[in-house]
Amino acid sequence: MNPLYNYTIKLADDTLIFGQRLGELCGQGPYLEEDIALTNIALDYLGQSSNFFKYAAQLQGENRTEDDLAFLRLEKEYLNCQLSELPNGDYANTILKVYFFSLYQKLLYTELMKSPDTQLAAIAEKSLKEVKYHYTHSSTWVKMFAGGTEESRTRLTDAVANLWEYTQGMFAETPGEQELIDSETVPDSKILHEIWTATVTEDFANFGIQIPESTFMQKGSRTGYHTEYFGFILCELQYMQRTYPNCTW
Amino acid sequence: MQNLLEILAEIPDPEIPVINIVELGIVREVKMTAEDEVEVVITPTYSACPAMFNIEEDIIKLFRERGVTAKVITKISPIWTTDWMTDEAREKLRAYGITPPERGADKDHLDIPKKCPRCGSANTTQISRFGSTLCKASYQCNDCLEPFDYFKCH
Repeated sequence: MNPLYNYTIKLADDTLIFGQRLGELCGQGPYLEEDIALTNIALDYLGQSSNFFKYAAQLQGENRTEDDLAFLRLEKEYLNCQLSELPNGDYANTILKVYFFSLYQKLLYTELMKSPDTQLAAIAEKSLKEVKYHYTHSSTWVKMFAGGTEESRTRLTDAVANLWEYTQGMFAETPGEQELIDSETVPDSKILHEIWTATVTEDFANFGIQIPESTFMQKGSRTGYHTEYFGFILCELQYMQRTYPNCTW
Repeated sequence: MQNLLEILAEIPDPEIPVINIVELGIVREVKMTAEDEVEVVITPTYSACPAMFNIEEDIIKLFRERGVTAKVITKISPIWTTDWMTDEAREKLRAYGITPPERGADKDHLDIPKKCPRCGSANTTQISRFGSTLCKASYQCNDCLEPFDYFKCH
């Protein structure tokens, strides 16, 4: 299997699954403006995933389309991180997930836009503008929850306790990724993880919230192992294409 | 045949019909590749801008009416920026009720108050960082009290 294909697929799957998950909030958001904000972010994710899938289809060279890759693979072939598939939960949980993920994307795309692979670099540069905006938005909310009422603070700290063990999974590597790191085609996930942790530590100190002491982290992200929630989201995502094969817009 | 850019300028942005795709900076390159064939390079504004599908169809249709086959190529790089928007387009946006983006899209411009497109007051409040389309944020004027859209720097 082509390492560059695996790597591109992991980026595509992260944004596809997270986009699908956030899209569930369309018409359900806590209030109108935030409903619109979360679906805007979901749409940005789907646009990014579309760009990555197009490139992955080209890399694979088997005449499969962007839609085939997004809608017709099996559960174990999806290389997204587990964080992206977790249920939305309450508003604090949703926003904290977007915060963790947008910071990861911001650091990743900043490095990836320097890649000698011009297509990956171009998609990264394009997407970076969008995720910077998501980071600003989500970190503002996290700060507001932390300094808000006892209720908002409790919900935020519960969300931190709930999500923290899934954060390392964003930095898990795909088969063959080390080769791409060695050839400086993609940034080293381990270094990204260090910068990510340092930035979260700094942000959390500013917000006045604690990072969990437990170092336990869930394993299996990016290897095709998923949480119990994944089958359900995949069923919904793939329903149309499996029910009406080859349907298009 | 008429100047190719002039022809393309007949296509409005599907979401903001007062400005056309040339003013918006979506059209990057256009050339005749044969007597009845034209090649148009377009750059998407946002990764997921739904208007891009319509724009591609509009370009093909517009040239077909003139007996020309259009090949539309989508290029991401160099990436689109609101700095490519012409001054005329900015003024048209404002007259339409959308505050145009600041120049220098790489900065966040958070410290610059967004002027109300109707009364010109800078005494305005951000209601939401996001709006009805990916390119806009929602504001309200504290003087004339009207809500308005701001075209975000991108």
